[in-house]
Parts: sequence; structure tokens; C-alpha cells
Amino acid sequence: MKATVLVRPKDGILDPQGEAVEGSLRKLGFTVEQVRVGRLIDVEVAASGTDDARRQLERMCAELLTNPLIESYEIRLEGA
Amino acid sequence: MSSRAPVVAVVVFPGSNDDRDAAWALAAVGAEPALVWHDESELPEETGAVLLPGGFSYGDYLRCGSMASVAPAMDAVRRFAAQGGPVLGVCNGFQILCESRLLPGVLRPNHQLEFVCKDVPVRVENADTVFTRRCVLGQELILPVKHGEGAWFADEGTFVGLAARGQIVLRYSEDVNGSLGNVAGMLNERGNVMGLMPHPEHAVDPLLGSADGGLLLAALVDAASERVLTAA
Repeated sequence: MKATVLVRPKDGILDPQGEAVEGSLRKLGFTVEQVRVGRLIDVEVAASGTDDARRQLERMCAELLTNPLIESYEIRLEGA
Repeated sequence: MSSRAPVVAVVVFPGSNDDRDAAWALAAVGAEPALVWHDESELPEETGAVLLPGGFSYGDYLRCGSMASVAPAMDAVRRFAAQGGPVLGVCNGFQILCESRLLPGVLRPNHQLEFVCKDVPVRVENADTVFTRRCVLGQELILPVKHGEGAWFADEGTFVGLAARGQIVLRYSEDVNGSLGNVAGMLNERGNVMGLMPHPEHAVDPLLGSADGGLLLAALVDAASERVLTAA
């Protein structure tokens, strides 16, 4: 089953990368309020169904894919 | 008393690049360094202390230290730490300890988004630890830093608790990277695991600009020696 994990810097967490991108976009003439830079991880997981896939992805996020101190995440399952 | 030098295991991950400097520096202060490859599941039996060296383990993929935190050798380091064994993480080693949850908080990109590479003054905030007992309280050590992701961060409540318990062992005397409270080095609650961003292994000879790092490494060797004697 195909899944996508969207990882974002948590609200209130300083994101220097996002700030740098924001500054560069302004230099290009864009009017931007804020930019935050996160990460997208595509995972193809062997699972018996949607619930199983989601459970496995939650564990992946907890054990490796994200750091809960600074990141939030969203799991999207294909077809779910 | 054993005449043999105590063994300090230096874990080598793909992308570690201070492992050999660390081994050299540890030997210079009286240890027998043992390089341990990341996919080893056991540390050498006679290990008295562990050093996690600097570098860019696994290319800093995902988050600095995150991939290394799940390496087989880190399971062995976790067991060693759980038994009270002294563990010191330097730079990437500090990042690995945080990602392994052996130390609180996390290392984030420097606030100036620039790699910093210079000698910095670092103040000893707690000299009553296994790692800083050769220093005196308030002593200013000159140690080199070289990192892009060295801004230590934790939530305010965690930070206040750590400071109150004396776990913030080293602070930069100036703002180096945006680290919360200028934290440069951190101890776990039990007092046997420490991480720091500056590099003691690059400062063990006055020829290199400072020998202050030798104070920290020699203390690690002391701890390794005591552990070996206790076990014997």
C-alpha cells in the first residue's frame, strides 16, 4: 500500500530554513506572509489493509521518521 | 590495580569523520581506544567507556543522528548506558544521543544558517560530574566547534528542570548557534551520559591552540578505568 507522510516543523518552532526561503522569495518580488519548510516521505508498505498500514506508519513516525519535539506529521494513505 | 590502559570504545558510523582523531586523543590521555563498526551488536567485553564521535553519520539523512540512533551498535550503547557505563557524545555523537532519547532535547540548524568553525569559550556550569571533575566550576575552556546543526532545543519546562538539576554542564560564553540558554553540553539525569557540540578531541595539545579538551577526555578515561576496576 502506498502512503505519504508529510512532516512539518511544529507551530511555534523556529524554522530558519523557512525564513531563508521566505527572504529569497521576497527578493524575487513575491509577497509572502510566511514560509515553512518540511519534508515529504513516500512509503510503500506491506499491509493487510488500511488500518494495518496506518498503524505501521504511526510506529514508523514515532520510531524514526519524525522527532515529536520539533515536528508534526500527517499520514495520507492512497485510496483511503 | 591493573596496569593495562582502560578500553574506550569509539563507535564508527558510515560518515563519521572524527573517529580517528578521537582515538588518537584518547590514547594521548591514557586510554586504549577500540574502534567499533556501527553494525556490531556488541561492544568489546572490556569496554570501560564509550565515545560517539563527530561527523555526518549516514550523510545526515532525515535528521542529524536519526539513522545512527537505530544502528545495532547503538543498542549495545543503550545497554551499556543502562548499566551505568559512561558515554560521551561529541557533535554528531551528541545529536545521536538526543535522537536516541538518551539525552533530552534535540539539535537544530544553527539560527544563522551557517556552518560555524572556530574556537569558542565554553563555561563549566557543573564541575561535579563524571565528565567535568577535572575542571573547576566557572572555568572557561577553549574548544573548537564545527557544525551546521548545533542549536540545542527543548521546551521551556524541560529546560528549566535540566538547569535546576545541574544537567546543563557546559554553556557557550557567547551566542554561537542560537542554542537555547547557550547550551553547549548536556548530561542525563543519572549522570553517566553526556553530549557536547564542541570537540575536545581537537584540543588536547597546545600546538592545536588549546589543550582544554584533554580535561574532559581524561575524565572519561578516569571513569573507564574505575568501571573496569569495579567490574574486576
